[in-house]
Amino acid sequence: MITGDQPSMKSPLNRAWFWVPVALFVGFAVLAGFMLTQPKDQFVKSQMVGQPLPEFALRPATPDRPGVTIEHFRDGKPKLLNVWASWCLPCIAEAPHLEELQESGAEIIGIAIRDRPEDVTNFLNRYGNPYTRIGADDMSAIQLELGSSGVPETFVIDGEGRIVHQHIGDIRADDVPMLLAKLQEAR
Amino acid sequence: MLRTLLILFAILAAPVSAQDALPPAPYAYTQLEDPSLEAEASALMQTLRCLKCQSQSIADSDVSMAGDMRHQVRIRIKSGQSADEVRAWLVERYGDYVSYEPQVSATTWPLFAIPALLLLIVLGVLVRRLGKHSTDESGNRAV
Repeated sequence: MITGDQPSMKSPLNRAWFWVPVALFVGFAVLAGFMLTQPKDQFVKSQMVGQPLPEFALRPATPDRPGVTIEHFRDGKPKLLNVWASWCLPCIAEAPHLEELQESGAEIIGIAIRDRPEDVTNFLNRYGNPYTRIGADDMSAIQLELGSSGVPETFVIDGEGRIVHQHIGDIRADDVPMLLAKLQEAR
Repeated sequence: MLRTLLILFAILAAPVSAQDALPPAPYAYTQLEDPSLEAEASALMQTLRCLKCQSQSIADSDVSMAGDMRHQVRIRIKSGQSADEVRAWLVERYGDYVSYEPQVSATTWPLFAIPALLLLIVLGVLVRRLGKHSTDESGNRAV
């Protein structure tokens, strides 16, 4: 009696259950295959956007410009904070665009990462100096406080010293209007 | 002649690399004086991601930024912070990505929940199957 009932009870329900893991597996394989074709986002974004700048005071990175402290970002005027280095190749590429930003009225404060004064001076003589101040960050300490993971990076800081935007990588020609707009918004 | 010159240039050529000229931070390659603190710092460094070389830990990497991160880890541990506090300080700045030790959070809970759920399902299926089997046997025996 029992053996007679079993096949009819088993078939429709059990067959459905059999396909569940197969469907899960196929779904996973398709997803994995699709993700392999997607370009990987290599950028580590700072979680400090929206937060105030850390307290800091940096000595001048070059005799040509004064050093930087947190107070210089609290004078009510939004600014660009450019994290760069004389040994960084993309920093050469972005130099003309920083100059363009400065000519359009942006105030740019630089932080030079792990740099020697003579190298900073050489770089500025060669590629232009759009900075009002440049601080020296010899052990990337302020860079780590900012949540910045490389050079160059540019932060838009509002008049109270709060980070409102992070631009990762070198500034290209098309980024200039966007950064000017961010500075305007931060007013 | 030209060939030997070219080979000579190839040997003497300095690679054009993005390398800074400053010496490493004091605690980048120097252990802490207290062995137990060093052990704590070292264990933590194994589980923090190098941001410049993202598939390595900062303990594994010779990039200067990884050295600067090791310096921060060591001076913070030395000043009395716990490993969790130092990790939290970095996660606050770089997000979960900087840590190789996943924490349960709003985005990561499925990582922990799904294996547990699967185990429960497997257990349920096993109990049902084995349970059924034994009743069948006893039923057959009765017949």
